[in-house]
Amino acid sequence: MSNVEQKTELEQSAPGQTQTAASPATVKDKSESVQQNEFNYKSGIKSTWCPGCGDFGVLSATYNALKEKKIDPKDVVSVSGIGCSSRIPFFISTYGFHSIHGRTLPIAVGIKTANPDLKVIVFSGDGDCYSIGLGHFIHTVRRNLDITLVVMDNSIYGLTKGQTSPTSSLNFVTKTTPDGNIDGPVNPIALALVAGATFVARGFSADAKGLAKLIVEGMDHKGFSMIDVYSPCPTFNHVDTFDYYKEHVVPMPKEHNVEDFSEALMLAISPTIHIGAFYKKQSPTFEENIAHHHKTPCDDKMQLLEKLFKKFS
Amino acid sequence: MPDIATAKKDIVIRVAGESGEGVISTGDLIAQGAARAGYSIFTYKTFPAEIKGGHAVYQLRLGNHEILSKGDELDILIAFNQEAYDLHSGEIRQGGLLLFDPAVVQAAGAENGIKHSPVPLRKIANEDLNFPIGKNVVSVGVIGALFGLNSEFIEKLLIEKFSRKGELTLNRNLAALAAGYKFIKENVDTHREFDVEPMPGKQDIIVVSGNQAIGMGAIAYGCRHYFGYPITPATDIMEFLATEFPKLGGAVVQAEDEMAALGMALGASYAGYPSMTATSGPGLSLMVELLGLSAMAEIPVVVIDVQRGGPSTGLPTKHEQSDLNLAIYGGHGDSPRIVLAPISVLDCFYQAVNAFNLAERYQLPVILLSDQSLAVRTETIPKPDLTKIIRLERKVWKRNGNGENSQVEKFLRYLNNMDDGVSEMSAPGTESGEHVVTGLEHSEAGNPKYDSASHSRMTEKRHRKIQHLMKHWRAVAHYGDPASDIGLLSWGSTLSQVREAVEIANAQGIRVEAMTPKMIHPFQENLVGDFIRSKKWIIIPEVNYSGQFASLIQSRFTKKVIKLNRYGGEPFKVKEILDSIKEVSKNV
Repeated sequence: MSNVEQKTELEQSAPGQTQTAASPATVKDKSESVQQNEFNYKSGIKSTWCPGCGDFGVLSATYNALKEKKIDPKDVVSVSGIGCSSRIPFFISTYGFHSIHGRTLPIAVGIKTANPDLKVIVFSGDGDCYSIGLGHFIHTVRRNLDITLVVMDNSIYGLTKGQTSPTSSLNFVTKTTPDGNIDGPVNPIALALVAGATFVARGFSADAKGLAKLIVEGMDHKGFSMIDVYSPCPTFNHVDTFDYYKEHVVPMPKEHNVEDFSEALMLAISPTIHIGAFYKKQSPTFEENIAHHHKTPCDDKMQLLEKLFKKFS
Repeated sequence: MPDIATAKKDIVIRVAGESGEGVISTGDLIAQGAARAGYSIFTYKTFPAEIKGGHAVYQLRLGNHEILSKGDELDILIAFNQEAYDLHSGEIRQGGLLLFDPAVVQAAGAENGIKHSPVPLRKIANEDLNFPIGKNVVSVGVIGALFGLNSEFIEKLLIEKFSRKGELTLNRNLAALAAGYKFIKENVDTHREFDVEPMPGKQDIIVVSGNQAIGMGAIAYGCRHYFGYPITPATDIMEFLATEFPKLGGAVVQAEDEMAALGMALGASYAGYPSMTATSGPGLSLMVELLGLSAMAEIPVVVIDVQRGGPSTGLPTKHEQSDLNLAIYGGHGDSPRIVLAPISVLDCFYQAVNAFNLAERYQLPVILLSDQSLAVRTETIPKPDLTKIIRLERKVWKRNGNGENSQVEKFLRYLNNMDDGVSEMSAPGTESGEHVVTGLEHSEAGNPKYDSASHSRMTEKRHRKIQHLMKHWRAVAHYGDPASDIGLLSWGSTLSQVREAVEIANAQGIRVEAMTPKMIHPFQENLVGDFIRSKKWIIIPEVNYSGQFASLIQSRFTKKVIKLNRYGGEPFKVKEILDSIKEVSKNV
């Protein structure tokens, strides 16, 4: 599969509201009867992913999560970096920022700081977020902005055609590690927990329903939410496959207390790979603290300058 | 003192000593008192790069006219320690004055008509006043008495500073000040020689540094979002705005590194809010990739680069103008941007406003090149008239509104049919304005598109902005005699010394004109070309080794230029430029 996509371009269908018949006889979801209009979250742009790509599951889960929350696309910004998974903003009808490799989270911080009323969803990959972006990941986590990060983790660099990634296992063979990977893999869940993340979860793109639930939970969480998603690459990674994950993932233990940090950490470093919410905690958000620092009343800038001029005269 | 027979008069005072000993606070107190008394002032400070120890220098030039540079030679040197004497006494002019504390400084015999005046600062403070830390205020009194500053201006400053600390502290400081004045009156005969009058008339002035002026300019434009990382000598822009932007409902965020800082600024700008960052050379080097993203995605942003000695970690507290190449060319691809270079503290204010004007109007990154000497020096500047500030804002799409894009039913972020190459923006939250911005080459809608025709058209769009700017923006300044054969072409703060040299030369009968472009990139070839073509000789002084600006000039014009370079971490001396003019004038 070539990494030069988009030979043809389908124009975006006009984003906006689509009318749905509101009638008691036709109940849409398990939820209430739909009196309101439903938003369209599909941009109409053809995706660039290979058939069988794990990211389709994430896209589908995202559409469903947005639909579940009934958010107006105009109030959402999808932010991404570089990688196959980072193409996702083009397939969603919200505002989007497809930025540069690894600088995804700072872009998202800037957007949310300037306009805290926006819903910001960050889409990244194991290369973009856990390699070049790892420093920004740690610092953004600890700021606790009310944004949601979805990392599509396929343990490979797909867009550049198959190199080892920070979540690839030891001895993983690729063209850049022909004798096998010698770097121990990062543990994103443990890193997130120790950096102070207030909502940490893991999903699996084959479980789109469960993933949609996690994304909704993340978006509902007031504070930084992170969902690391196993999203296999059928083209370049023949080790960390759908079959492998289907065989090995287990749901979070029913008795797990999401508010217990040590338990969460133990689960994170356990060799068993769990799906679900590891940890959840309420803390003041970055935006709340910034608003708190606003000295009221807000000075008119000219007034403020005249005061400063006086101070320096 | 300049040997011009005019009514202009000024004196150059330097205070030097161990960092932490109060050199800077002494200088600041005198400077502010003198400014309030109506003197025009110009300060120059150097700090050691370390936190403790090292040598600090404060130079204050004050007078009754616009002061253009810090002064080549000293009228008065106050040496707080032996090192200060050893390092600086050679710079006192003939007939100047050396003040030193004989308890700690051994001065050699007086030569060159330089007068030596021992001032027992420590003895006065310790024994007479029983107030050892009052030594600095004693020296302030000494300096004030020497040039005829009415002590009431310093007294008022001391009251403002110390009244919160109690009457005892205040009175001790006032007594120390009085003791300094008294000592000069009773012991130093030559002080009337250094008398200077303040400027005539009442001036509506403020005393600020280049960094503060940049911060004020940002506020005046209406920016209230700053994202930055500490780096000498740009840090105090962030610290200045950290207390002010929250008052306007904005924020100053300390990012984890310079790449995050510029990334955050781009995000905030995309969200609809003019944003900025400030850094120095090493930080700008890190930001280069994001400058490309700003250019490609067409997102406005302002980046202040307060240049310092380089390369690499270089000399963090020293002056240099060596980031020009980085600012203009740093980055892969054909990456359009704008580079501005203020020429004075007052210009720092207005170019900061312009930086936002141009960034927002043309949806490009604007780099404002300041430098260490401009950043920390303070000048008396006329208080800016806020009613006269011109503001340009970004083009914003309104569905069915009057904008260019509004004819189209669907919003196209990069609509490519306008003369200025600038398409309308739509901030998140705007109905029907949804779009994705990207660093990939894209269609008018913003989706990835790489075919040959599309890339060519989009490249042209991005550069059409620059062509429009060059036609519609005039940012050059001229000084001196337009009919001269000798021309000086400089950029940034070097203009200070150039102006003074040009004034002296013209007064001595050597005709010379100076010109400086305040927008260095895009380069306005016709404006600079007119100047170059009108002269027989062009001298290009700049504080870097290779002549970065001279190279730019030589790549555009066939005329040979005379490069004048200094690269020791200090600004030019006026004499160095004047000597070059005199040398060239022999050929006239």
